[in-house]
Amino acid sequence: MRRESFFARNPSVVVFLLCLAAFTLVVSVMSEGAGAGLISTSFIKTLGKTLCLCLVAVAMDLVWGYTGILSLGHFAFFGLGGYMVGMWLMYQRTHDIVAASMANATIPPTEQEIVDAIGTQIFGVVGSSEFPPVWAFADSLVIQLALVVLIPGLLALVFGWLAFRSRVTGVYLSILTQAMTLALSLYLFQNDSGLRGNNGLSGLQNLPGVEASQAVVSIWFLWASALALGLGYLLAAWVVSGKFGSVIRGIRDDEARVRFLGYSVEGYKLFIFVLTAVIAGIAGALYYPQAGIINPAEVAPIASIYLAVWVAIGGRGRLYGAVIGAAFVSLVSTWFTGGQVPSVNLGFYRIDWVEWWQVILGLSFVLVTLFAPKGIGGLFDLLAGRIVPNRHGADYGPDKGSFQEAEGRE
Amino acid sequence: MTMLLEVSGVSVTFDGFRAINNLSFNIGKAEMRAIIGPNGAGKTTFMDIVTGKTRPDEGKVLWGDKSISLIRMSEAQIARAGVGRKFQRPTVFEDQNVFDNLLLALKKNRSPFSVLTYKKSGEDVTKVEALATEIGLRDQLGRKSGELSHGQKQWLEIGMLLAQDPQLLLVDEPAAGMTHEEREHTTSLLVEAAKTRAVVVVEHDMEFVRRLNCKVTVLHEGSVLAEGSLDHVTANQQVIDVYLGR
Repeated sequence: MRRESFFARNPSVVVFLLCLAAFTLVVSVMSEGAGAGLISTSFIKTLGKTLCLCLVAVAMDLVWGYTGILSLGHFAFFGLGGYMVGMWLMYQRTHDIVAASMANATIPPTEQEIVDAIGTQIFGVVGSSEFPPVWAFADSLVIQLALVVLIPGLLALVFGWLAFRSRVTGVYLSILTQAMTLALSLYLFQNDSGLRGNNGLSGLQNLPGVEASQAVVSIWFLWASALALGLGYLLAAWVVSGKFGSVIRGIRDDEARVRFLGYSVEGYKLFIFVLTAVIAGIAGALYYPQAGIINPAEVAPIASIYLAVWVAIGGRGRLYGAVIGAAFVSLVSTWFTGGQVPSVNLGFYRIDWVEWWQVILGLSFVLVTLFAPKGIGGLFDLLAGRIVPNRHGADYGPDKGSFQEAEGRE
Repeated sequence: MTMLLEVSGVSVTFDGFRAINNLSFNIGKAEMRAIIGPNGAGKTTFMDIVTGKTRPDEGKVLWGDKSISLIRMSEAQIARAGVGRKFQRPTVFEDQNVFDNLLLALKKNRSPFSVLTYKKSGEDVTKVEALATEIGLRDQLGRKSGELSHGQKQWLEIGMLLAQDPQLLLVDEPAAGMTHEEREHTTSLLVEAAKTRAVVVVEHDMEFVRRLNCKVTVLHEGSVLAEGSLDHVTANQQVIDVYLGR
């Protein structure tokens, strides 16, 4: 059998990466930061955030579309990643401000005085001034960045180990993951959780020690998000392309059979669960500095359900489907909930899209599930003339239509 | 001859129903054995116990030269130890092609990390192709296994079993739903396999069992009713009463 390179076997990966690069380049050139000013800084941030959502959708597709674990808790990992990077951002920025204001005093402040002042600044809002133990490493960017990966990974490892070892599957597992993210959200809502309760962490858009304007910073984050998405996509495509992909799709379709072939199904599930949690954590760490604020509502159960809806609408079991779903649905959602869509006056009733968007989303989820289980990604099969039966195993194909995806995002 | 598998005094109860009752069963290293018996005799439960799906309430299941107990091992560990199982309903991975199905089953390191970095070697491809030839699916390698006919799926599953290179094959009703020619092919596959390893076939079809030409164990109400050649057991009055007579 002929040996082909990874990219030759997976042409859709090349197409995707090219589209992503082209998209990033075009948006950068048109941005305020680059001078053209055709796209506002706030919309650049929206696009950057969307790329992060696409990344977490890729993770969701790995865990659900390929391995068949319908996790409804991956936004917990996403949020934790955001909190970890947010702690450093908030600490360091407050530190800079406090140090600057105290520098004018006649007696130079001691380090302890500065730390106390930071504590008062950050925790005054929850009636405290002490640094909780979880902030122990908040002054170190390196450690907090490591925690972006370690904390979601560790939570996924412990949760996954307990759940998979007990052979919890299907809807029961979904409920458990919902409970996990709900518990995390409720815990974070408490003032004494140490992460500022319902206030969350704010001012995250300001990078400490960076003089550049938000217009420029937003471009940096757009690039960082695009890079993370590209690498995450590449990693996911590599994981699912070889024999490992064969095993996890086997687990999705017939878990018991895989077990009787001698594969430790629990080990594979745990591997995927932890890997995707880590990817979600990284996506969150890039998302929240662009959003500027993170609070416990971000890890509420509904967020993870939305994630599943994106992947379902985009088409699960194919990575570009997840990306398209996340980009399309979240951008349309931004548009509808932004209040810019004119309301429709029916005379007897006024359709206000901010509220009715939820109904449309729910309805389209039901319709996609019933009538187009392959989602938007299934359209590429039509374009490539690969309608049922498709004989090529994995749903990778020379998807000529992929340019639509960049269009969809622009 | 030392035994490959020794099951002794095994009992298992489901909600008060004794599915297996003080069952003892031995099989040697290169032996074909057919298990027959009426519905509910415990044939499938017996396989479940050996493969680790069901834990017996009492009794011993010893495996191999070192007489390792299989009772505390997981399904995957038992499979890696050398027990292969074919289900009654053909269970192949329908979304994947024949080649990938066979490659998945091929005896290799099963740990996630080694599978992740696995690279298809020419040797493995040759092995898969040889297996495909043996099961008569050489021309179907690139086809999705979901598109295969019922008989081809059964063979693919037998092929996957052989790819695992087990010392013991447990085969549940391999000939069900097969045409006459398909049965002959299946018989020859199993007979060939039994030359180098132990094969246990659960089957209802007496004609098929006769063609296997091997020792037969008759199960009834969870224990062994009779054992011996097919002619011997079919002459047994008890066997006639509980099984053949009906």
